[in-house]
Amino acid sequence: MKKEFQIISDLIENNTRVLDVGCGDGTLMKYLKDKKNVDTRGLEISKDKVQMCVSKGLAVIEGNAEKDLKQFPNSSFNYAVLSQTLQAFYDPEKVIDDLLKVADKAIVTIPNFGFWKVRLDLLIKGTMPVTKNLPDEWYNTPNLHMCTLKDFFNFCSKKKIKLFKSLALHNEKTMEINSFNLNLKNLSSELGIFLLEK
Amino acid sequence: MNVKENIKTIIVKKPLKLDCGETISDYPLAYETYGKLNDKKDNAILTFHALTGDQFVSGINPITKKPGWWSHAVGPSKAIDTNKFFVICANVIGGCMGSFGPGSINPKTNKEFGIDFPVITINDMVNAQYNLLEFFKIDKLYSVTGGSMGGMQALQFVANFPEKTKTAIPIACTASHSAQNIAFNELGRQSIMADANWKNGNYSYLNSSPDKGLAVARMAAHITYLSKKGLQEKFGRKLQEKDDLNFSFDADFQIESYLRYQGSIFVDRFDANSYLYITRAMDYFDLVKQYKGNLTKAFEKSKTKFFIISFTSDWLYPTTENKEIVIALNASGAEVGFIEITSDKGHDSFLLDVPDFLKAVKNFLEANY
Repeated sequence: MKKEFQIISDLIENNTRVLDVGCGDGTLMKYLKDKKNVDTRGLEISKDKVQMCVSKGLAVIEGNAEKDLKQFPNSSFNYAVLSQTLQAFYDPEKVIDDLLKVADKAIVTIPNFGFWKVRLDLLIKGTMPVTKNLPDEWYNTPNLHMCTLKDFFNFCSKKKIKLFKSLALHNEKTMEINSFNLNLKNLSSELGIFLLEK
Repeated sequence: MNVKENIKTIIVKKPLKLDCGETISDYPLAYETYGKLNDKKDNAILTFHALTGDQFVSGINPITKKPGWWSHAVGPSKAIDTNKFFVICANVIGGCMGSFGPGSINPKTNKEFGIDFPVITINDMVNAQYNLLEFFKIDKLYSVTGGSMGGMQALQFVANFPEKTKTAIPIACTASHSAQNIAFNELGRQSIMADANWKNGNYSYLNSSPDKGLAVARMAAHITYLSKKGLQEKFGRKLQEKDDLNFSFDADFQIESYLRYQGSIFVDRFDANSYLYITRAMDYFDLVKQYKGNLTKAFEKSKTKFFIISFTSDWLYPTTENKEIVIALNASGAEVGFIEITSDKGHDSFLLDVPDFLKAVKNFLEANY
């Protein structure tokens, strides 16, 4: 299991209810269910990935987070997880809002557009960056709203969303982000992992 | 219908109060089983048939000599693997394959009930079939499943008996029959009743048979089971064994010939009065209304794990109606999965060899067993 999922899993308490939005093949859900006795539900847009989840015995609904999150009652989960998909939505602000409606807390991970390699690509090559976390070309990327860790950090404070935990991930190492090291982490990290509450 | 020697039947002694107010007892319920019930009795799957189905799910139907209606899905190593699971299916009450129906003899008159048979509902059908659990001494089923009207019965089963099944797979169905579906059913009923041979439902007694009316009902219904794209690809404007139009009302087009054939073979295996009763039961099905406008209440007592399946080209029981069920289940906190299978075969997809569909059913059943 990738490091990102390990960190997310560590943020989730045992015996809770979790909605994994864009749950993919269900790797994280299965881990949470087996290891932490978490009652998991998944939402996934790809039919093939829903099939994979079904074969693992996971309760996954085929659907689109922008349309289908509202079918869950308010506060019906302890956590909603959104891993590296926020940037692909038409209306990320609305999705964050919906996540914090259906769940008490949301765990959101962001591929950092402020990472130095990304900045350098654009600065030196003058082309849209292609990296491990951003593998697509500008013409076929599903990403519509890229942001940096700093952008997301500022977004949360502007929207009065409480950040319980902000972690920066780089080379399998995590560090806490705070307002003092924000500029540095925004340069040195590939991924941000945020635990938020309305 | 001829004498049905190959039909297994239980006589249900326990009185059943029907939704219409009448009480029935000592009535026959015909069933068939596939696979073996294990010692723990935890591998039974109660399968519900659709409008024109019967208890002969798989293998060769001993009455019609045709493959069972779910032969693609049920059998050794198939999606519903009879090496692992014990599959039970009963003919619904109101049906014409051995269960209590309008073709049964009314002891008061010594002739067939005809339209003196009480109007039955999906709820009544499910309550009647529940007796099979007692008959087989099964405390809890592993699953209930079915497509179309079979899916409605699966939903009703969980609502009525929330503790009695571990999982449920309602397929291509709805929680509340739509106006469009009622309209199509009414078309079928009117077609039967407009046939002079229907004779107010007393055709058996009077040695007649409303074959034309029943065939037209089937033709109309058959169109609703297919998709426009599927029809166009299969038939297009192809002509039937001729090079040019006949300038007559013969079956010039292959689609006409196909529908006429479907209508003609249907009357050999199905009873017109049963068609009236069963379509009526479907029309009356409204689980939302049964729970006073809140479908979530239908499932709130249940720990059953659900898997809802719909098909992209099914316009009779479209994805939106299947998703209503998913939403209600989510609101009750139930464990529910949902997938919409891509298929251009319309509502009929659940009866056909659609690999993604069969794979989903198999994976769900085996992952949760």
